[in-house]
Amino acid sequence: MATMLAFAESRSGEFRKVAYEAVTAARKAADASGGGAVHALLVGAPGLAARAGELGRYGADVLIVVEHAALERYSPEVYAATAAERLRLGGYRAAFFAASAQGRDLAPRVAAKLGTSLASDVTEFEIQGDAVLARHPAYTGKIIVTLRLTGAPALLSLRPGAVTPVESQRIARVETAAPAIDPAAARVVVTGLSQGGGAKLDIGDAPVIVSGGRGLRAAENFKLVEDLAAAIGNAAVGATRAVTDDGWRPPTDQIGQTGRLVSPDLYIAIGISGAIQHLAGMRTAKTIVAINKDRDAPIFKVADYGIVGDLFEIVPRLTEEIRKARGQG
Amino acid sequence: MKIAVCLKRVPDMEMRFSIAADRKSLDQGGLKYEMGDFDGYALEVGLQLVEKQGPGEVVVLSLGPDSVQEMLRKGLAMGATRAVQLKADEVPFDGMAIARALAAELKDGGYDLILFGRMATDTASGTVGPMTAELLDLPCVTSISHLDIASGRGTARRDLEGAAETVEFPLPAVLTIDEGIARARLASLKGIMAAKKKPLDVRPAQIGEVRLTVELLALPAERPAGRIIGEGADAVPELLRLLQTEAKVL
Repeated sequence: MATMLAFAESRSGEFRKVAYEAVTAARKAADASGGGAVHALLVGAPGLAARAGELGRYGADVLIVVEHAALERYSPEVYAATAAERLRLGGYRAAFFAASAQGRDLAPRVAAKLGTSLASDVTEFEIQGDAVLARHPAYTGKIIVTLRLTGAPALLSLRPGAVTPVESQRIARVETAAPAIDPAAARVVVTGLSQGGGAKLDIGDAPVIVSGGRGLRAAENFKLVEDLAAAIGNAAVGATRAVTDDGWRPPTDQIGQTGRLVSPDLYIAIGISGAIQHLAGMRTAKTIVAINKDRDAPIFKVADYGIVGDLFEIVPRLTEEIRKARGQG
Repeated sequence: MKIAVCLKRVPDMEMRFSIAADRKSLDQGGLKYEMGDFDGYALEVGLQLVEKQGPGEVVVLSLGPDSVQEMLRKGLAMGATRAVQLKADEVPFDGMAIARALAAELKDGGYDLILFGRMATDTASGTVGPMTAELLDLPCVTSISHLDIASGRGTARRDLEGAAETVEFPLPAVLTIDEGIARARLASLKGIMAAKKKPLDVRPAQIGEVRLTVELLALPAERPAGRIIGEGADAVPELLRLLQTEAKVL
């Protein structure tokens, strides 16, 4: 039996899907060790604990709630000190973070404070005695590295979407704790948070991504992509680097080697040729659909279902058929 | 202003990779190496800061065998003042081991800024920058896409999933640089000539204990071969049928 810690990421008082993924991973690790406890660490402004019941649903036994009025936004130094203090209490075999923008910032700081190592951006893992074996896609996804991590606690950050949240009903006990350092003493301060696309579903959380490339020819033609995403419902809009470089879409929409790495259930690539840098960001999608006029485009080599032809005819038709099927038409 | 920029020598990512017989390393045959993309942006940020807010110096550092010297010379040719190689037979995968060696070198350097790329494009972990900052107890902002420095303080932008943070911090600080902030300049002929005379110091890397090692390299599972189901809008009903009944994703 071994105790696991999961860091439950939140933003603006809401837990992010990666929080449930971290708890699910910790649950899996605890169960594999013979049924140890999962502690979830929540850091944020007052009110966060009220939403924490969800974490129990994914297998947390203890919710360690660290609330402070000055923690409305992420505070790297306070979060790192607080997580490190908790892990220094001892008894934790492993700690799970998300390899999200926040987690990629937080987890290495915690590791360095503890003088331990971190396996980053992990897609699969297994605890084997004193070691953790962790898989990590590297070399723009062209090589899968299996890493051996020794020492306790073992720190891992999990690639968003790599773990599917699994319900494992628990009645979680709540413990409260104070931030390990005074937030007012933090040197690095997040003074602003601007939401990119209003209430839109984030591409890291969406089960379906509809993505557009240069084949759309102009920024305004992204309306076709947005309409299709809206018809599907639980879909987010993504883009290639060429498109974000041209300012057709914000940089945060970019999927690929230097942008977001995504693994949705369904990825619909519209007017995307499939450059290696783009494929590196989406080739782990469960199902890939490609719509492109060029039969020889590399995207068709990875597409489960490809349609060759004029996207300006195909995409509106697809949107219309989906609306009909959903009874919206 | 005194700035250190930490660089990693990485293979050209456009290449096809194959795995060596030990199954733990890449087959080196035909591999070309270069400065990591994000590291290039970090160097450009450092050079521009000194040019605009000078006087100062930009020191480029890299940990690794003598093969890193070519990249360090390129950094000098782009405009860095001097270079330091932290000599090690190989670069460990363990970001913490690298951070320890870098921190030992940077500790008493009196740097106002220590810059990294947001991650090395080969190992794609992005841990060394923030770990080095913690070991040096310096303020750190990671993965920034915009930067203003004035009167000993900085303001940076970090892109998140669907949002962006504005972050303020005092100098000295450690920053890791995302793309979008600056394109790395090309070295001029004059720069290349000047680089030959600039100092490149070699010191042993103090790596210490390594706790994260490569167990195995593998090629990713191949996706099933792509399949074109039809042409034009007439193929749409078939696509919908397959998505609903075969893939079961709609």
